[in-house]
Amino acid sequence: MNRFRATLLAAAGLAVFLGIWEAAPRLGLINAAFLPPPSTIPAAFGREIALGVWTEAVLSSLSHYVAGLVCGAGAGIGLGLVAGMSRGFEAATAWVVRLLRPIPGLAWVPFAIIWFGVEPSAAVFIIAVGVFWIVFFATQGAVRGVDRDLVEVAQAFGFRGPFQRLVKILLPAATPGILVGLRTALGQAWMAVVAAEIFGVPGVGQRMMQASSLLSTDIVVVYMLTMAALYGLFDTAFVALQGWLLRWRA
Amino acid sequence: MLDTIIDIRGLSLVYGTGERRNVVLDALDLDVVRGEVLVIVGESGVGKSTLLRVLMDLSRPSGGTVEIHARPDCRTPMAMVFQDARLLPWRRVIDNVAFGLEGSGLSRAQRRARAHAMLGLVGLADFGDRWPHQLSGGQRQRVAIARALAVEPDVLLMDEPFSALDSFTREGLQDELQRITQETGKTVLFVTHDIDEAVTIADRVVVIAGPPGRIAAEVRIDLPRPRIRRDAALQEIARQLRAELSRRSADL
Repeated sequence: MNRFRATLLAAAGLAVFLGIWEAAPRLGLINAAFLPPPSTIPAAFGREIALGVWTEAVLSSLSHYVAGLVCGAGAGIGLGLVAGMSRGFEAATAWVVRLLRPIPGLAWVPFAIIWFGVEPSAAVFIIAVGVFWIVFFATQGAVRGVDRDLVEVAQAFGFRGPFQRLVKILLPAATPGILVGLRTALGQAWMAVVAAEIFGVPGVGQRMMQASSLLSTDIVVVYMLTMAALYGLFDTAFVALQGWLLRWRA
Repeated sequence: MLDTIIDIRGLSLVYGTGERRNVVLDALDLDVVRGEVLVIVGESGVGKSTLLRVLMDLSRPSGGTVEIHARPDCRTPMAMVFQDARLLPWRRVIDNVAFGLEGSGLSRAQRRARAHAMLGLVGLADFGDRWPHQLSGGQRQRVAIARALAVEPDVLLMDEPFSALDSFTREGLQDELQRITQETGKTVLFVTHDIDEAVTIADRVVVIAGPPGRIAAEVRIDLPRPRIRRDAALQEIARQLRAELSRRSADL
């Protein structure tokens, strides 16, 4: 199938989807209060923009997102590098990891509130926890998987210390694997944003909860689509960055 | 008066213990003379590569001594060219060649200038901006040679550097290596299992038989360079070495 046809089919599929969605409440198959037809969404979006609520909620959510991502990914890469380089560290932390890893990020909500209060830092914490494990395991695995022959090249040229090994070989060689983990984390963190804000930290999640309690489902849909659009933007930007960073690959 | 640059005495290397004890090298004596191209020939598994690894301090010997009489100002007495080029795929060719110069106190511009000169020496002056994956196998191996030469080692160690290449490329690089050693006067310790390759490039060939690896024969080759592969004298030396190797193998 050529590219043009694929695009055409994708557009047609989307049109059919929107058509069904539009038809269902209009034909009375579903109560419009439960599922607002897509034609009402632009107006709702306009109102949210006019009120200034949209910009405020999105900026606030973005700040949680970026901070949580940076903290979680930073810690994940740092500890992942250490665990990948040191068998001792890996062994010492093996059971702690096994204990903590299965705990879902949202299970930390009670502690997040107790430790940080209903504050942005609580949302950041929830997001960071979710991101941390993904990036940690991706980094550790990537470092473990580095070709030992390349490490030997560094040794042969006199770079024998752990720091030089890390900087000259392990980090660049592990970059593709770390980036795969980061890309997964990018999506995971975005999902955690809504969850982390639902308990009251200002942002998109909180605004969605407010709207749904007033049965303003069109506003809920506005934010759902906002999140999808923003995620698409981040992912596209990340893939572009990834392509540039890995331009050395065939 | 011969100027010995590497002096190996009673070198042995043993892996494992008990039933799994594996003697790779046994009481090996070897001198490498400054400025010569010494080729070590032997079958797989006789410890040829292990010997180079010991010299590079990548493997620890079980016994014996290795003395290296490097120039006093030499930062890296030895540099190695591996069988597979082992370029760092995330660095451009020029930065691969400059790799060993990092931390030498040279500025980035100086390192690049030196790397560029080395690329010129191996005939790849215009390839500095390429990525390793854009090179052919022979070109990659040239870059590996440039990378090793860039650190100005006293001795260039080469571990079957051409064995993974097709015969056409291999012969081209053998000629190239002869030219480079003549131009630079570099001491080369070259390991191979290819006798024709050995007699083409060597000033002296040492046959290691085993396992465990021991020196079985030694031949000096004083034929002029560049050498012609079909030269009768060269082929006669190759024939003798082949006979020596098969006799040694039959003894085992």
